[in-house]
Amino acid sequence: MNKILVFLEANNDSLKRTSYEVITAAKRLTAGENVVGVAINASAEQLAFAGEFGLSNVINIKSDLLNDYSSTLAANAVNEVIGEVKPDLVLFSGNARGLELAPRVATKIAAAYVSDCIDFEYDGAELIVKKPIYAGKAISKMKLLTGTKVLTLRPNVFTAVKQDATSVSVTDKAVALNAADKKVYVSSLAKNEGKLDVLEADIIVSGGRGIKGPENYNLIEDLASLLGGAVGASRAVVDAGWRPHGEQVGQTGKTVSPTLYIACGISGAIQHLAGMSSSKFILAINKDKEAPIFKMCDYGIIGDLFTVLPQLTEKIKANK
Amino acid sequence: MNILVCISRVPDTASRIIVASGGKTIDNTGIKFVVNPYDEIAIEEGLRLREKNGGTVTCVVLGTEVSKDILRTALAMGVDKAVIIKTADDNYDSYFTAENLANYAKTLNPDIILLGKQSVDYDSLQMPSTLGELLNMPSVSVVTKLTIEGTNVTAEREVEGGKEVISSTLPCIISAQKGLNDPRYPKLPDIMKAKSKPIEEVAAIEVAARVEIVGLEMPSKKRIGKLVTDSEVDIAEIVKLLHEEAKVI
Repeated sequence: MNKILVFLEANNDSLKRTSYEVITAAKRLTAGENVVGVAINASAEQLAFAGEFGLSNVINIKSDLLNDYSSTLAANAVNEVIGEVKPDLVLFSGNARGLELAPRVATKIAAAYVSDCIDFEYDGAELIVKKPIYAGKAISKMKLLTGTKVLTLRPNVFTAVKQDATSVSVTDKAVALNAADKKVYVSSLAKNEGKLDVLEADIIVSGGRGIKGPENYNLIEDLASLLGGAVGASRAVVDAGWRPHGEQVGQTGKTVSPTLYIACGISGAIQHLAGMSSSKFILAINKDKEAPIFKMCDYGIIGDLFTVLPQLTEKIKANK
Repeated sequence: MNILVCISRVPDTASRIIVASGGKTIDNTGIKFVVNPYDEIAIEEGLRLREKNGGTVTCVVLGTEVSKDILRTALAMGVDKAVIIKTADDNYDSYFTAENLANYAKTLNPDIILLGKQSVDYDSLQMPSTLGELLNMPSVSVVTKLTIEGTNVTAEREVEGGKEVISSTLPCIISAQKGLNDPRYPKLPDIMKAKSKPIEEVAAIEVAARVEIVGLEMPSKKRIGKLVTDSEVDIAEIVKLLHEEAKVI
């Protein structure tokens, strides 16, 4: 491909990990010098981190109107950068922002769009991507038929690869945006201090009906916190009101792909299995040896989670 | 308030998915099709907005004749008007759906368009944004709390690592996430009444495909499948394997 534009997102002092994943994925399709980053109101210090992943050119959109993020304005701004860079492909991470912004951008430029890609093949002419459907019960291979194409990539699937750091040339771009187009904007963001989301976590510890009540969730939380992971839940647990919706893993919850998924007291309904089946490793703990989860796991401990979890947590602690 | 709810017809989430012969579609044999679960939340939100502000709730689906069954469900829940944008077959992409929904929405001129955050078949989450561009309307995806006062819209949603509060104004597009409300179950008399209510039919317009399905595959991840007891020795063994074999802790 001649040119690929990648959407970068700043996070604290650097960029989001998902931005590095998108850079790495772009470099599978074209040489590093053909990949151009686009960011919104980022600092040169933040953007310098892109160099560690081999990106050397970034266009940094500057607009006071975008100090409060607005998807309608961001789409206009990215559209203007696309007009300048003329990419064959525009890549976003499939996080909350990317999944909302990418289809707006694709529609503006009349581009084919596929979300949540986990792999792609490019033979020099045709781009064929793979995306999970039915929450991962099947995979669809799709061909994008337009000249310029837009994709979002599932987080945690394309591993970001560091390489010899290059210096990043940042071009600030003042985009003329119209305040009247700021029809929707983020008016506040309350951060979950110290609480990691299942979509961002490398390790997830989830509880199911076997946990018996919200008062026992400390067993799950202790292990998650020891491993630096996130707390998840089955639908039964969320429907019972024991845990918030945001923690639900499965077909009507979040579809996750962590390196390690630990399912505690989860029998493994088909909807739950669909939501976590792309985890790299799965450890299941359940007292019912016939539970469907044991057909889907790499490691299984057949036993009562109330005796297994404290021991497991102790032993991992001792091993650290 | 003029409320439009867009819904889709999907396999029940308990369905086992098998690829049909031909390799490009799923085998529908034995599959129960239902209203997309997130769309039920969108319908419920539409009904609540009507209960509060007055107005009309119109429910639209794109699909073949069989899709009328989920409009009956929406009618039983209490929507005022049901519309099917009729397609000749199931062979179309998401952009076709978006263009057709936008085309219909233009004739209705709604104050608010409600949808589920995603259809649990292709899981694309793209419809609110795509419709937003086609209709030149703001959109907020994956909403867990919605407040409308006059024309001011305040929506909350969970994002990675926090909760965003979003401000917008009507007319606006909102996609519903679990937690926004608990959808009502239709009552038996309403289900009976819905059977004889009219469904308006609109013919789908032609839209050139942008994406083509080349084939479907089943996920093929091989699992190690090592099962052990809950003895202290076995648990220690698992910790060792996680450390040395999987190298994840």
